[in-house]
Amino acid sequence: MADSTDILTVKGLKAYYRMAYFGIDREVRAVDDITLSIRRNEVYGIAGESSSGKTSLIKVLAAAIRPPLEVVDGALTYRFGDIEIDPYKASSEEVNAIRWKHLSYIMQGSMSVLNPVRRIRHSFSDFAFQPMGVDKKTFWERTRAHLERLNLSPDILRAYPHELSGGMRQRVTIALATVCQPEFIIADEPTTALDVVVQKDVLAMIRDVQRQMGSSVVFVTHDMSVHANIADRIGIVYAGRLVEEGPTRTLFTAPKHPYTAHLVGSLPRIGDTTTKAALEGRPPNLADPPSGCRFHPRCPLAIDKCKTEVPPLETVGQSHRSACWRADEVKPLAPVAGQPAQVTP
Amino acid sequence: MFAIIRDLTRYNIEFAIGCVLVGIITLFALASFFAPVGPTMIYVVPPDMPPSLSYWFGTNSRGQDLFWQLSYAFRNTLTFGVMVAAISRIISITVGLLAGYLGGWVDRVLMFFNDIFVSLPIFPILILVYFVLRSNLDMFTLALIMGCLGWPFDARLIRSVSLGLRHREFTRHATFSGMTPRKIMFEEHLPYVMPIVLATAIANMIWSIGMEVTLAVLGFTNLNIPTVGTTLYWANNHSAMIVGVWWWILIPVILIVTLFIGLFLLTVSLNEYIDPRSRLRRMGGA
Amino acid sequence: MRDYFTFVLKRLLQLAAVVFAGISAAFFITHLSPISPVDMIVNRVAAQSGGDPLAIQDLRDALAALFGTDLPLHEKFLNFWGRFLVGDLGPSLLAFPTPAIDLVMRALPWTVGLLVTSILLSWTIGNILGGLGGYYQNNRFLKAFGVLAMGVQPIPYYIVAFLLVLLFGYFWPVMPISGGFSINVRPGFTFEFIASVIHHSILPAASLVIVGLGISFLGMRAMVSNIVTEDYVTYAELAGVRTERVVFFYVIRNAMVPQLTGLAMALGGIFSGTIITEQVFAYPGLGSLLVNAVNAGDTTLVLAVSSIAVIAVAGAIFVIDLIHPLLDPRVKVK
Repeated sequence: MADSTDILTVKGLKAYYRMAYFGIDREVRAVDDITLSIRRNEVYGIAGESSSGKTSLIKVLAAAIRPPLEVVDGALTYRFGDIEIDPYKASSEEVNAIRWKHLSYIMQGSMSVLNPVRRIRHSFSDFAFQPMGVDKKTFWERTRAHLERLNLSPDILRAYPHELSGGMRQRVTIALATVCQPEFIIADEPTTALDVVVQKDVLAMIRDVQRQMGSSVVFVTHDMSVHANIADRIGIVYAGRLVEEGPTRTLFTAPKHPYTAHLVGSLPRIGDTTTKAALEGRPPNLADPPSGCRFHPRCPLAIDKCKTEVPPLETVGQSHRSACWRADEVKPLAPVAGQPAQVTP
Repeated sequence: MFAIIRDLTRYNIEFAIGCVLVGIITLFALASFFAPVGPTMIYVVPPDMPPSLSYWFGTNSRGQDLFWQLSYAFRNTLTFGVMVAAISRIISITVGLLAGYLGGWVDRVLMFFNDIFVSLPIFPILILVYFVLRSNLDMFTLALIMGCLGWPFDARLIRSVSLGLRHREFTRHATFSGMTPRKIMFEEHLPYVMPIVLATAIANMIWSIGMEVTLAVLGFTNLNIPTVGTTLYWANNHSAMIVGVWWWILIPVILIVTLFIGLFLLTVSLNEYIDPRSRLRRMGGA
Repeated sequence: MRDYFTFVLKRLLQLAAVVFAGISAAFFITHLSPISPVDMIVNRVAAQSGGDPLAIQDLRDALAALFGTDLPLHEKFLNFWGRFLVGDLGPSLLAFPTPAIDLVMRALPWTVGLLVTSILLSWTIGNILGGLGGYYQNNRFLKAFGVLAMGVQPIPYYIVAFLLVLLFGYFWPVMPISGGFSINVRPGFTFEFIASVIHHSILPAASLVIVGLGISFLGMRAMVSNIVTEDYVTYAELAGVRTERVVFFYVIRNAMVPQLTGLAMALGGIFSGTIITEQVFAYPGLGSLLVNAVNAGDTTLVLAVSSIAVIAVAGAIFVIDLIHPLLDPRVKVK
């Protein structure tokens, strides 16, 4: 699997929430045995419904986890030039040395990631001055040039976060995360809570930054249309497991997992006036997941084997992997015909 | 409710210690019902005897057995604290639930008064009250005044919880099924704010008892009623420290500090139980 | 800048309204007192000089005119404000005929000095330690300090002050336990006098600092342990921003804003604290004066002390309000 073009390889990664309070012990398997790799210069999207563990996964990738979430098993290796580092085995100094310079992170909730009582310019100098490793004058020149390249006025450096609109703040956050030209950018729900027009700008911005700098981007969102727009490859997460992974076009046209088929089938298309069939049931409780394939209680194709045996993630095509016992039988979801028109966002 | 208390005693050491400390003081106060002497009788035992087997806490310069004297004092002090807590609870629950559930102009008017009461300097007011009433200021009047001053913070707290409850599904159900606002407030919402009421009631007792001690020590209450404060007042008045009757001061101070720490541990553990964030912290720290 | 100016002006009006309401309330409450200053003085004089009934009647009339006791309440009220605005609060009863305002002004520096020093000390140290305690939740020293602060918090001022007197004045007598300075030192701008004042202020200040320190420590720690979970702190930590920077510019800087409001709210309470502290240490400040005035039934003096206290507390809150928008850019000054 791993070759020289991979910037990140993840093997058998497990990260659990462990809680013990007032005599109740709970273990939530948010990231359960995930293996994947990210290539240089690609945009990798992680998709899944809420509480599927996708946010936990991306936090683990960004080495941004806090108790009670902890990595219990597996390996995570970044390769930046000569540096090869597993953030969970390296010292905190070593991890801090790669942050922002090589690995940067756009956190969920752009509304609140900037210090409300300091001007934007302080955030830039706090976050990026040291990693960039240049003198003050060059630093501000580069920062201004970077902002202009992203069509942001350098005047925003003087502003306070509360003086900016939500979309503006998210764009500032992206500028902040990319000012050091990192090779790897992790973005957690970069477009959530933004209106559609601003979403488009922000997505274009991420794509531009990635193309200009040749970085790799990993991002998470539940919104399949965002994936369709900017991802080169997509990984589908269900109940803490990677259930399918492949090039965007392949996943949208020929999914090999019933869950993917459903996600893709639920997207509205222009001219499509059918009602979307909702998936029955709820996402499983990760503290007590179903046996066998975790999707089986909601799966239209489920057989007895699915209830007892966990399907492995196997190659089913050109860089296309799926974890389903009946992968060959999965068909793209046909729209349910003859229903009244209803367009859901 | 009992399940909460059981959980707390089992898993929260602060709560258990608090219960024990408050329990000891309460038992001691209850002992006054079996006292062989009245609380206002003086020169019934030899004065200024240090603690011994016959006088456990010693005797004071007024010829009173400090054990029984303090037992009366704690009974009065505790009663006072409970009275203030009860009066201010009634006001804060009513104001909090009304403001939170009814909202609108009721909320605005109540919160306007709330803001005024929050900013009142209570201690100087109590001194002025004493200045006017002098020895007519008995324990019940003082409790009534303090009860009327000590509710605004807690009312705001209850209001914020009640605001959240108003938009919950079950409130809507209750409204549609024709329950009157009064019934919804007191039968549906009150149980939710009960833990807060309990925690704030104990915090309120700490505050009111502390206030009473302070006022009495300065001589600003009716000094003929034995309370912890008046005990200390008389000790000062007789220059107990200078004469060397240290037990007259040290023993009440130890007992009142025990009571305060006990009550304080109870509020801390209850607050922790109420606030999910501190529970999360506890998990994170483990 | 213009915005800030209008903001200051608005707050100034608010300050005037609060001072007026507070002092008026104090006026009406104190005038409910059944004690007549005229009778008190007349009795005092009569007891001393035996007294000729005619002379006593003259004295009574003169005093009634002086105190304005025969007027109806609303006229007394107008009279009071008329004289108040020119700094005349009437003669005190406690030290008749010294004007009440003189007694207050004599006591004021003691209280202000004691309060300002102890508030600044306890607020600064408490907030820094509390900020660190909230950020480094597993530090042993800070944890122990937290337990100590928790233990002191429920104990009333009085007891803390009293324990200090017991410890340092009685069991280990190294500190003076009463007065503002030694009797054998002459007041003046001399080293001896200042040293004596400082020596005498240590215990009273310590009692205020101990209690105030605990409160600001616990408040700040609670505030900080919420703020450390805020996204901007997590984000700065993830970006590898230096820890000292995160602690001071992200955590403590943000927690300062509500703590400042807390300080304004606590000021009234702190003033109550000095009343007790001064009483315990026989410190010659406003608190002692108030207690003596209450005991002597001196309406004028009680009112004078209350008025000055209202002005001082409202003024301090006013100053803090002015600082607020400078500390938090989100506060609208318009």
